[in-house]
Amino acid sequence: MPTSEDYKGQVPAWCPGCGNFNILSTVEEALVELGIEPREVLMVSGIGQSGKLPHYTKCHTFNGLHGRTLPVATAAKLANHSLHVIAVAGDGDCYGEGGNHFLHAIRRNPNITLLVHDNQIYGLTKGQASPTTAQGTHTKIQPYGVLEEPLNPLALAISQDCSFVARGFAGDPGYLKELMKAAISHKGFSLLDILQPCVTFNKINTFRWYRDRVYKLEEEYDPYNRLKAFERSLEWGDKIPNGIFYKNERETLEEGIPTIQEKPLVRQKFSIEDVKHEIDKFY
Amino acid sequence: MEYTLRVGGEAGQGLQTIGGALAQVFSKIGFHVFTHQDYMSRVRGGHNFYQIRFSEKEISASRDMVDILLALDLDTIEIHRKSVRDDGFILYDSEITKKKFEEPEFIDIPFKKIALDVGKKSVMANTVATGAALGILDLGLETFRNVLRKAFEKKGDEVIQGNIACAEAGYNYARKNCPRCEAPEIREPENRRLMLIDGVNAIGMGALMSGCKFYSGYPMTPSTGILNYMASRAEEYNLVVEQVEDEISAINMAIGASFAGVRAMTGTSGGGFALMVEGLSLAGMTETPIVIAEMQRPGPATGLPTRTEQADLLFVLYAAHGEFPRVIFEPGDPKQAFYLTNRAFELAEKYQIPVFIQSDQYLGDTEWTYEKFGLENIIYNDYRLREKDLEGVEVYKRFKYSSTGISLLAVPGEAGKHLVVADSDEHDEEGHIIEDSETRIKMVQKRMLKKLPLIKKEIEPPLLYGDSSPKIVLVGRGSTYGVIKEVVDTISKDHKVAMMHFSQVYPLPERDKFDYIELLENADLTICIENTATGQFAKLMRAETGFEFSHQILRYDGRPFTIENLKEELHAYI
Ligand SMILES: Cc1ncc(C[n+]2csc(CCOP(=O)(O)OP(=O)(O)O)c2C)c(N)n1
Ligand code: SF4
Repeated sequence: MPTSEDYKGQVPAWCPGCGNFNILSTVEEALVELGIEPREVLMVSGIGQSGKLPHYTKCHTFNGLHGRTLPVATAAKLANHSLHVIAVAGDGDCYGEGGNHFLHAIRRNPNITLLVHDNQIYGLTKGQASPTTAQGTHTKIQPYGVLEEPLNPLALAISQDCSFVARGFAGDPGYLKELMKAAISHKGFSLLDILQPCVTFNKINTFRWYRDRVYKLEEEYDPYNRLKAFERSLEWGDKIPNGIFYKNERETLEEGIPTIQEKPLVRQKFSIEDVKHEIDKFY
Repeated sequence: MEYTLRVGGEAGQGLQTIGGALAQVFSKIGFHVFTHQDYMSRVRGGHNFYQIRFSEKEISASRDMVDILLALDLDTIEIHRKSVRDDGFILYDSEITKKKFEEPEFIDIPFKKIALDVGKKSVMANTVATGAALGILDLGLETFRNVLRKAFEKKGDEVIQGNIACAEAGYNYARKNCPRCEAPEIREPENRRLMLIDGVNAIGMGALMSGCKFYSGYPMTPSTGILNYMASRAEEYNLVVEQVEDEISAINMAIGASFAGVRAMTGTSGGGFALMVEGLSLAGMTETPIVIAEMQRPGPATGLPTRTEQADLLFVLYAAHGEFPRVIFEPGDPKQAFYLTNRAFELAEKYQIPVFIQSDQYLGDTEWTYEKFGLENIIYNDYRLREKDLEGVEVYKRFKYSSTGISLLAVPGEAGKHLVVADSDEHDEEGHIIEDSETRIKMVQKRMLKKLPLIKKEIEPPLLYGDSSPKIVLVGRGSTYGVIKEVVDTISKDHKVAMMHFSQVYPLPERDKFDYIELLENADLTICIENTATGQFAKLMRAETGFEFSHQILRYDGRPFTIENLKEELHAYI
């Protein structure tokens, strides 16, 4: 069985007090509790403070480009579906630069987990508005305040029938871990949007601000009811629900591809003998 | 002996069916065949043609003049009448054209009526027309019957018999009503059969036979043919082919699949490649092997979607930020496309770099005939460490420094206890982010400076064809190979002339095996021939070697060079 020690990576270079620390320790604990070894995990990330998380753990890692996490993660899963593939992204990374890939990953439904560090700001580039920043927020680039409506990732994902949609809060690591385990165990594309205070640049959505607002979805809440889920995903303001909003059981991308049912693609040995009669088709 | 047929009509009339069937018939009889297509960017209407040249001798280009014009509409007659040779024929159906022509070269054949009478279906008019063309040539129908049987295998016996009957009716009608074609005297080559293949299929088959297991792409003419090919073979050969949301995803997917341990490829045309550029740089930084087919069409922007040009060379060469090695191949014919695609995979894997197969619409769509490709020269070395390979290794570092710059490429999940870490940020030997200058210097040396000289040594010299110490050298690259070769053949009686063809264009070959620069310097006339407006290869030669061509012949109207038109252009100089 793996231990948390097995997952300890480099020393994080995040600001002291950043919400990312709790996400990091939660990921490690969730994987340990699920009994998954580091060599069974591939973490793929983009660019941003979130993108560094895989470096701070120990597992296979591909830290690619800003916004391009999902294509890399999806293809890696197709190449070797015996790996647990976890995509790690920021709100700018995933909903801004990578918005198109986000939509299409939901459609494809690969069995991967997407963790979004949603701090409603650009951290790494020092405090510009992100797609989830509240309307009216002032930044150096938005002197009149953000004019756009914030993007609602949960509502968007539910509207597209995403296989698993949940929200957690970095300030409640206990519950976050439960959600993370559920997301990783879910068969299909699972989105876990994590409210992550950026203590340096986001002066509005602080730990305190969230603590006063977040609450858990009720015990009797039915995550299989899509319309209800959509309704609950619109709640934002004085009260912000956390939990598993929506789930469905869809065929995954890998399950739909007949050529990898017997064996992961990567284990299929190649020999020219197997393909040489192809020439005859042109003869 | 040689003949050229041109089948013309609107998109959607089945030109490809007729042209493709005729090309197959000729190649199965044993003739050398060269076909090319000219089509507009529309699904129906417009004017398109499919041209087939066949000969007893090897051929490698198209002619402007045709022997037989098979006109499926009036436009075709009006546009191409002047290209028909004096002793040639124009086959048409006056019911379709609504106009009757009395000149001796015209043969009016009721394609539609025969199809309805004999096959009970008007769609079979195409088969009637194909049969008629074969009738004019007096080539017999046996091979065509087999082609039809194969083509309609899935549709059942009734369809097969209907088509065969239509072919016979068209054939017989043409023979009876062709006063001028008593004896075409075509001798059939004996006991010979040739394979027939176009550029896109050759690239696809090259990838397949190199162990490519993953192909991601977004449709864009003229690269779509490769995507089609790979998808059509997916089930049979256990491939994963993904049509993605955009080209950004296409290249990132190829990188993800390659990182996870399988050979991966993506393909696109210029506009799509513009979107891939950031991902190209990622492959460079993470040293992930990938093969990219860049099928050129005229630009800028969406340009002429279905036409041809070679103007993306410098774009592909200089695309992406930062410095990292890359290789660019430009095959001259489908056979080179096949073997160079294999070589592209070999170099990509060996050096952990991106390698390009750069081609264009012209080569992508032209069909050529060959003796069956041999597989003995196909290379397959698996450079990745899998399963047992890392047993006994204490520490594995993905980007370990080495004298060659190449580090061991382990497969995540198959590396035992070892972890594989890659990063788009500058990183240390283990793959983790760094910012110090010492590591940066060492990594640049590893990725770029150490690998580059080794890669250069792998590049083959250009092909010299014709006179071995020529006074006139016609220089080309990529798809101009065939036409330059035939032009050299036709003018070599009167001149000491040779073709120098580059199919491995970057890095330029070294001069130790063959000092091609010296050969060029010793010639009186060196002419660089390109489908670009600015002579991009000539520029590259000057930049890399200091050599300057005495002249350039450039074509940039979206059409390929033909034998006649290149010869005419050459008149200005020789
Ligand atoms: C193509 C590209 N554009 C811009 C950047 C610069 N950049 C780096 S991180 C980032 C935004 C990060 O914000 P977010 O994804 O919300 O992550 P956070 O740092 O807040 O975790 C940007 C714009 C980049 N690296 N690549
Ligand atoms: S800038 Fe914000 S998100 Fe980034 S490390 Fe600091 S607190 Fe965390």
